[in-house]
Amino acid sequence: MSGISHEQISSHVTTQLGEVLTMIPDAYGIFTAEVPLNQLYRVVHFLFKDPALEFNFLTDICGVHYPDAAGRELAVVYHIQSMRHNTRLRLKVFVPVSKPEVPSLTGIYASANWMERETYDFYGVQFLGHPDLRRILNMDEMVDFPLRKEFPLEDPLREDKKDYHFGR
Amino acid sequence: MKTNLEFTAEFHQPDMPDIPYNTLNLGPTHPATHGIFQNVLKLDGERIVSGEQTIGYIHRAFEKIAERRPFYQITPLTDRLNYCSAPINNTGWYLTVEKLLGVKVPKRVDYMRVMVMELARVADHLICNSILGVDTGALTGFTYVYQYREKIYEIYEEICGARLTTNMGRIGGFERDFNPKVFELTRKFLKEFPPVWREFENLLTRNRIFMDRTIGTGGLSVERALNYGFTGPNLRACGIDYDLRTEEPYCSYEDFKFDVPVGTTGDTYDRYVVRNEEIWQSLSLIEQAIQKIEAEPAGIYHADADHYYLPPKQEVYKNMEALIYHFKIIMGEIDAPAGEVYQAVEGANGELGFYLISDGGRTPYRLHFRRPCFIYYQAYPEMVKGQMLSDAIVVMSSLNVIAGELDA
Repeated sequence: MSGISHEQISSHVTTQLGEVLTMIPDAYGIFTAEVPLNQLYRVVHFLFKDPALEFNFLTDICGVHYPDAAGRELAVVYHIQSMRHNTRLRLKVFVPVSKPEVPSLTGIYASANWMERETYDFYGVQFLGHPDLRRILNMDEMVDFPLRKEFPLEDPLREDKKDYHFGR
Repeated sequence: MKTNLEFTAEFHQPDMPDIPYNTLNLGPTHPATHGIFQNVLKLDGERIVSGEQTIGYIHRAFEKIAERRPFYQITPLTDRLNYCSAPINNTGWYLTVEKLLGVKVPKRVDYMRVMVMELARVADHLICNSILGVDTGALTGFTYVYQYREKIYEIYEEICGARLTTNMGRIGGFERDFNPKVFELTRKFLKEFPPVWREFENLLTRNRIFMDRTIGTGGLSVERALNYGFTGPNLRACGIDYDLRTEEPYCSYEDFKFDVPVGTTGDTYDRYVVRNEEIWQSLSLIEQAIQKIEAEPAGIYHADADHYYLPPKQEVYKNMEALIYHFKIIMGEIDAPAGEVYQAVEGANGELGFYLISDGGRTPYRLHFRRPCFIYYQAYPEMVKGQMLSDAIVVMSSLNVIAGELDA
């Protein structure tokens, strides 16, 4: 068996769980949807357990920071894969930076453990229910979350690299 | 309701003295860890009770750096992920950008890429398996086959000038065509390496000591392996024939004939055998790739994409368009569409994924590397629990954890 179409996934999820997925159009052919925060665990658990879908493999978790989107500054992006159907999908949740709390998926996928720790480490997303939410790549004494956009990579006082020098 | 303390008191047998567990720091710098990462192991005698990894010693913030760099400047960062097989990382990154930009690469370039990627896979597996021999006490095989990694590096050198961190190729193809020496060296390698590798296999594969050390150590069930996000040879050793080269063919892998070896128990020995067989498959792939390259019209080594592919330097001095494109590409002013791309390649130790979010600017808005080591290394304590300390060394070695990829 190979391939399961986007319509099949979304109609299957909608009939079982209701209107929980907000589709995001993606030009590169991967099923992309936004999930409300309170439905995330339910949706992923359903995708994992459902015999017709069997999304049994968590490929990747990563955070993204959109400082200009008020109330939904931080995004957590999940890439989930069904090895049986050889299909990938991408789920996103958005949380405010003032209260970045997302349910942990460690109860479903053991591999989520370090991926969530990494996301916490760099973006400060609090994964509720995570067994051991500590920093993983940075040192424990660090207080900031370095991949957030408020930390520019180079010295902001440097004048010689300003965009207007380059006509940008 | 009983408290915890009462509960344990009930089962506690006073005649058994409380033996405190020993704590052993394996690493951060230990010859057996093959990289800088630490394992704090709790030992009962020589049995491992539990373990905890500390990683991040060579974290270099590549994802942050990448947010400041134009696309072509990110290639050197990918070199330093899994530095044992840098060309695979490079190609994975090019495929990601090409997918975003919609660049169609000619078949000949695909085959050239397959050739270097399979050479890289041979180099990576060769290191992993021969070091596994070293960790079980067989140094001879390692010293014997290691020079063939040098032969592979000589081929890299002929292609791009570098040996370890190759920065090989460009977005859209290669910087120059393979010269005849490349094919000459590769053919020589294909002729000389197999007997050597066969001899290495004769030394280890049916060696009583090696089998006793590796069979049954560090096994993992299929379900746990999937749940832990295993990919690559480590997953295939558990018995799942999942290989991105066949499941989601990239770089025209669908034109090639090869087998995907699988193991059964997922223990150290299976991982070793799967990697061995993959080396043989890769050698066959390299041979097929050379034939396919030669069957294609000569002289094509990049896509016809003026906007994205750096023009030859001679043209830049003579031709106005070439000068403009050169300037725009170097300054990172190419027109990249806004969009999100996930592209994965079958790296030497698993699925190497690139998740690129572009907002149409000169640099990625966000770039995330899905590093296979980082994800499967978290299963390590579960794999070595209850086993001997010396088994832990062997298991770590056979997992092929590369510190550069672990820490990004």
